Amino acid sequence: MNKPLISVKDLTVRFHTDEGLITAVDNVSFDIAPGEVLGLVGESGSGKSVTAKSLMQLNAGNTQYDEKSSIILNVDDQEIDVLSLKNDSELRIVRGGAISMIFQEPMASFAPAITIGDQMVEQLLIHSSMTKKEASEFSIEMLERVGIPDASQRFKQYAFEFSGGMRQRAMIAMALSTKPQLLIADEPTTALDVTIQAQVIDLMKDLVSEFGMGILFITHDLGVIAQTADRVAVMYLGNLIETGTVRQVIREPHHPYTLGLLNALPKLDDLEAPLTPVPGDIPSPLERPSGCVFHTRCPQNLGARCETEIPKLLKGAKNRMTACHLVEENGASKS
Amino acid sequence: MNKPLVSVKNLTVTYQIGHSFVGKNTYLNAVNDASISITKGSFYGLVGESGSGKTTLGRAILKAAPISKGSVHYDDGEVSYDLSAISKIELKDYRKRAQLIFQDPYAALSPRMTVRDIIAEPLEVMGITKTREETDKRVREIAQKCRLNLEHLRRFPHAFSGGQRQRISIARALVSGPQFIVADESVAALDVSIQADVLNLLKDIQREMGLTFLFISHDLSVVAHTCDHVAVMYLGRLVETAPTSQLFNSPKHPYTKALFSAIPSLDPDHDSQAQKLEGEIPSPTDPPPGCKFHTRCPFAEGICMTEEPKLEVADGEHEVSCHRWRELFNA
Repeated sequence: MNKPLISVKDLTVRFHTDEGLITAVDNVSFDIAPGEVLGLVGESGSGKSVTAKSLMQLNAGNTQYDEKSSIILNVDDQEIDVLSLKNDSELRIVRGGAISMIFQEPMASFAPAITIGDQMVEQLLIHSSMTKKEASEFSIEMLERVGIPDASQRFKQYAFEFSGGMRQRAMIAMALSTKPQLLIADEPTTALDVTIQAQVIDLMKDLVSEFGMGILFITHDLGVIAQTADRVAVMYLGNLIETGTVRQVIREPHHPYTLGLLNALPKLDDLEAPLTPVPGDIPSPLERPSGCVFHTRCPQNLGARCETEIPKLLKGAKNRMTACHLVEENGASKS
Repeated sequence: MNKPLVSVKNLTVTYQIGHSFVGKNTYLNAVNDASISITKGSFYGLVGESGSGKTTLGRAILKAAPISKGSVHYDDGEVSYDLSAISKIELKDYRKRAQLIFQDPYAALSPRMTVRDIIAEPLEVMGITKTREETDKRVREIAQKCRLNLEHLRRFPHAFSGGQRQRISIARALVSGPQFIVADESVAALDVSIQADVLNLLKDIQREMGLTFLFISHDLSVVAHTCDHVAVMYLGRLVETAPTSQLFNSPKHPYTKALFSAIPSLDPDHDSQAQKLEGEIPSPTDPPPGCKFHTRCPFAEGICMTEEPKLEVADGEHEVSCHRWRELFNA
């Protein structure tokens, strides 16, 4: 079997804060194969961005990775242990080299006082052997590829001269120009209007088939996931609670939280259907519930077991994984 | 039929954005020639992308944006105001009757006031209650309606989650006993699992207290589930208004249709055959001539580029502003 492109095992991330040690990501494991799009879904505070940033060690200085956490990147027949990389120069093969990232708010990610072109050229000079002239030509080509009209003029402009959709296209062009093996897209369409979002999703789909890299696609929008991802991983309060192919998870969710999320979504094919919220509020990460982190809001809470015992992410039929006592017990009684 | 609570006629909101000593000043029409009428007791939705003028229209109805041309009338049976010629004393009274719920519950609540003080502030500022006992009683009543615990009232906003904060904002808007509420993107900042809860709360309150809502949102599926009448805006113009089910089942404007097809489907095998819009919303400082949508419209032809279409009745309460709706969507 082919090696996965990236393999995350038992990732636990904590932050030192004034209020104490906060667990942001707890024992998360997943693989991404080359060319695969993994959708990471979760609400705010679920730890999806922290997970993604860990892949490049982009979390802030107060971060602590637990000892058994491991992130192994397989590129060019080499195994890179990401968490063992110490300083910025060692991390450079990962940051912008093997992995690129697209952020939610492109206005905040481009430097405001440097032209888009200069920013694109700068990273190519660091990560490739191109000369400045080649890098400029290639950057303009990439801008054209993502559908920016007048690319050679736009190349000389600043980020504020671009509209939101154009900025996100430029961001994508920049992220792909170093030919990364893994692209991390953190809510890339959330700040965009729906008609522009549809354009950007189409563009990303085209580019995936053209460049063939793996993608970690982070979003809170299940509709966007359904249209882009091959596999889905659902997070809640720092834990991975369900994974499976996009069809499995969206059509037949196993975990009560995934089911709750889908029921809370307003659907266009049935306007009369009442909206069913997931009861209660997301607990603060300072007060993580004991046992299953979802038990405080779970409509199918089994009582003592859910409140004390942490459910394991167990493999079910067809390679699906679910972390839920109820699913485990039902599965056991069926077989 | 019910009388309209708010009727907006040919409203234009103009902002001056450039100043020049010689030559012309630059103006921007954030809302252009818009007419809507909001029936008493309805949940009226206003949809559009960023820059479409939906927030400005909502604010003009609250007299928080300038009414440059046209008129806005408010009539709740007790009082009747013409907002373009309202006096200071009348405006004070209008503020009690018409309230706003903001988008971001993190920015809208003062971090240095307790929840009780936040909710009580409108009562004190408007002089609605005379004694502290009276104020407290009113605050407790409203807090209960908005599903806040009484012990919450002593705390500060930082202790609350997004959904709880939005319930506090709603309580503050309701405390003065308004008839009319403008909810501007009031669930956009919330997670889906919480969003449904706040939407249900708004609907319950509207039914119980017989209020009228103007619900401004960019999210069509949210609007479809909560509103009974919807108006779609594009670049400061109303392009289509209709009862919700009519708008969703048979949209008559190419832009409305495109908006629907742009919503990502939950079905992974859904093949979006529908026309995707190209390009972006033009700058409102330099709007295109003719129909404002022609630069992105897949059906634009000669007349669309020169003549601006008027909002006309298509079918009962269904109005559309398009030169070609008859041939395109009147099947």
